[in-house]
Amino acid sequence: MQKENYSIIVFSGEFDKAIAAFTIATGAAATNRKVTMFFTFWGLNILKKKYKRSAVGRSFLARFFNVLMGGRYNLPLSRFNFGGISPKLMTGMMKKHNVATLEELIESAHALGIKIIACEMAMNILEIERKDLVDQVEDVIGVSTFLDYSKDAKILFI
Amino acid sequence: MKHVLDITKEHCPMTFVKTKLKLEQLAKGDILEIMLCEGEPLNNVPKTVEEQGYQVLEIAPHNSYYKVVVKK
Repeated sequence: MQKENYSIIVFSGEFDKAIAAFTIATGAAATNRKVTMFFTFWGLNILKKKYKRSAVGRSFLARFFNVLMGGRYNLPLSRFNFGGISPKLMTGMMKKHNVATLEELIESAHALGIKIIACEMAMNILEIERKDLVDQVEDVIGVSTFLDYSKDAKILFI
Repeated sequence: MKHVLDITKEHCPMTFVKTKLKLEQLAKGDILEIMLCEGEPLNNVPKTVEEQGYQVLEIAPHNSYYKVVVKK
């Protein structure tokens, strides 16, 4: 039986939604489905090479915005964020219960051959360049290329 | 060669992820003994392993876990 492929648009930059996106993606890839993850807007924060707050960009506004958003280390929880302490507590709880952390999920996604791509347009707005993103990013593309990649795939928007 | 993989303490999706990545590392003809729990892992790990083209030789219950033997 031919299994369906999945394309996941990762628009959100919250900790819990990133976990959800990577859990579905790695689960699908490990059970023999082809998976593409397309990171756009807030989702780009998950892929920043500098995982703490850093003034990425050229213009003052972009640099200011990128410091505010931060990187993987600063992803807020959708609810009960409590100034950023909750994602740290949540990671501790995940480790205690032996559930994969975000870092482990990202590594697994790469190891499973999931196609990780970033949105050119959002990168332009936020002045994030290819070199500012982790090496696992395979390509920087626009929506039409993404839709070509997703021709035979179910698309999820997170 | 015989290899062992214990995923009894893993949860979804790492049960599948670790199995798939481990099997990819092995040489053709190698045997992998997977220890896993009943429920989701037992229902789905052998199935997905077969879909990847490997051969499930044995599924045997033990005290607190199941042993699944796979040939690459």
